[in-house]
Amino acid sequence: MKYKLGTLAVAGLMAASPVMADLVFPSLSYRTGPYAAGGIPFADGYADYFTLLNERDGGIGGETIRVPECETAYNTEKGVECYESTKGDGALVYQPLSTGITYQLIPKVTADDIPMLTSGLGRTSAKNGNVFSHVFNFPANYWDGASVAVKHIMEQEGGSLEGKKIALVYHNSAYGKEPIRTLQELSEKHGFELKEVPVDHPGQEQKSQWLQIRRDKPDYVIMYGWGVMNQVAVQEAANIRFPMDKFIGIWWSGSENDVLSAGAKADGYKALTFHNVGSDYPLYDDLQKHVIDTGKAAGAGDQVGSVLYNRGLYAAMLVAEAAKTAQEIHGVTDITGGQMRDGMEQLEITEEKMAELGLPDFGPEFSVSCENHGGEGFVAVTQWDAEAKEWNLVSDFMQSDQEVIQPLIEEDSKAYADENAIEGNC
Amino acid sequence: MPEQLAFTIEVFLNGLMAGVLYALVALGFVLIYKASGIFNYAQGVMALFAALTLVGIMEGQVPFSHLINAILGTEVHHFGWHIPAFLAIVLTMVVMIVLAYCVQRFVFRYLVGQEPIILFMATIGLAYFLEGVGDLMWGSEIKTLDVGLPQGINVWIDEFTFNATGYGFFIDNLDIVASIVAAILVIGLVMFAQYTKQGRAMRAVADDHQAALSVGVSLNFIWILVWSLAGFVALVAGIMWGAKSGVQFSLSLIALKALPVLMLGGFTSIPGAIVGGLIIGVGEKLFEFLIGAPFLGGATENWFAYMLALVFLVFRPQGLFGEKIIERV
Repeated sequence: MKYKLGTLAVAGLMAASPVMADLVFPSLSYRTGPYAAGGIPFADGYADYFTLLNERDGGIGGETIRVPECETAYNTEKGVECYESTKGDGALVYQPLSTGITYQLIPKVTADDIPMLTSGLGRTSAKNGNVFSHVFNFPANYWDGASVAVKHIMEQEGGSLEGKKIALVYHNSAYGKEPIRTLQELSEKHGFELKEVPVDHPGQEQKSQWLQIRRDKPDYVIMYGWGVMNQVAVQEAANIRFPMDKFIGIWWSGSENDVLSAGAKADGYKALTFHNVGSDYPLYDDLQKHVIDTGKAAGAGDQVGSVLYNRGLYAAMLVAEAAKTAQEIHGVTDITGGQMRDGMEQLEITEEKMAELGLPDFGPEFSVSCENHGGEGFVAVTQWDAEAKEWNLVSDFMQSDQEVIQPLIEEDSKAYADENAIEGNC
Repeated sequence: MPEQLAFTIEVFLNGLMAGVLYALVALGFVLIYKASGIFNYAQGVMALFAALTLVGIMEGQVPFSHLINAILGTEVHHFGWHIPAFLAIVLTMVVMIVLAYCVQRFVFRYLVGQEPIILFMATIGLAYFLEGVGDLMWGSEIKTLDVGLPQGINVWIDEFTFNATGYGFFIDNLDIVASIVAAILVIGLVMFAQYTKQGRAMRAVADDHQAALSVGVSLNFIWILVWSLAGFVALVAGIMWGAKSGVQFSLSLIALKALPVLMLGGFTSIPGAIVGGLIIGVGEKLFEFLIGAPFLGGATENWFAYMLALVFLVFRPQGLFGEKIIERV
């Protein structure tokens, strides 16, 4: 009996011990709960890209990749628990698909010397690498999104927004309030009137907000929503016959989930994006061959090519490239979290590199530096075709108004630096 | 008509319609609480489960397909049929009756005579269990629910009010349908309770379950009946709310909208649920329009509904239509 117990204990220890030779990319996913419809495709795309690298290339630099998944249910406390339970496993980078979890992890990852990538979410001023040493938000952030939305509207209006009215329908949370300051600055700069229309969580009932929009008759509506708020907003906009091509959502309001339930009435709805759409790329042929056909796809394997799947895949590609950069810089393949951070800080994504990876024209070119953890802020606009049930890219990747955004980033990051006595990393 | 007055009337009417939708959810709570003294935390999840089942049946989705495929290595997802909405609703109701039987047989039968808090805790467990089973059975993706309900602005009302007042009122066709359905549902429930043998037995159990037991009323049967009725109400609420947002897991959160309605209308009154729903709906919409949006930055509806209910509670702790609490020494 003692022998059996001893054997079990040894086996348990072996199973529990981290395999340090692997490159570990924990996935704080949410496949359950009210936001699962958004979490599942992202987690699938994230996992599938690493599976592809393992199957096709033998990992990164010869090191096998592991993607331990931890369910957060989009709950901040669970997200922090997931971080604590996986960081000791040799975690190289975290990408929590949640602004709430991101805020909690900022001091933790900095103390633990593990980088965190929050593409298109989290604390916008984390772009300032001089203050946020371990947080990255390339290739675009919430303020870039707001700025490019205004830029796109300006293009539609022939270059002037003087006397126009734009309504911001936003999730009444830290996330939803992110673009307000930027839009206020842009409204002063371009002479449009900004109407702020908050929607309380979860956003299942928005009658008041859309009656207000019907009364106010804004020329355009920009939306920062998530989850059920998006579907209801698109439906309500259709109900009041608001022109869909003048309704622009942030990238978290621009997936198939958000428009399918409104059917044909959602046709023409627009959304911002920091990566391309669809699956017509050479990389997807490799995915089909090495991952999907071999039955190794994550989840049910039915999300391939959807907007959020692409985002998960893109997120994995960015950190995989950063890991390669880290291996080159440090001359080792079995990198640590700190070395990974260095790789992220020297990441450069060019069109040539994207084409080599099998993703030509999939995302904007950008480079990261010690001071700039957020790239150059290039964002594009997509539009929903309800008949074909697909999103199409309808603009080039446009750079946000850095003249407005950069001072805001300096101001916000300085406040954080003062609060936390950070003297500067660069 | 002055523009501001027209806007106010429009908001008032929309508040009434929203109130009907809240009342639909609250009705399920009332039915179970009245008959068994259980505050059913799982009512919102029951609406979600019913709507998921309805879409699954309509679309011919294989239940537990992910699990089956993972275990057997198969690739089955659909039966390949599309069932008409009416038949699917009937079949979903059968599922809800089976669920009611299981809830009674495997959970509450063993908890008879327990403290209300124990029963409440059991419904919390039931809510999480049902949410998990619903996920496993039908998947987590957002599903489009199309049972042929009209949606969008009612053109006739828009044109009529425009001609009469100079401003076209917005009333959603779906809200009109929901109001009619809610009215039929309430009349049906009241008639069932008044004029059928089972309904009278249900009322007897609600009044005094020990006395009802002593005259031969089967508590088991009545509780299964009540849970089935609550399941039916949940299905109706799930259809109405699911048509607006698609069927997804946040549908279970509609229960949050029912709580202030229950606080206001009382936990034991069907008319109370309706009147409470209307007061909450109108109150929160008017407050948002007149005070919330212009002076407080908007998004006041959630907290205002609870505040309104609390104010009522101060003066009538049992709610507007609840049974008066009289305790004699």
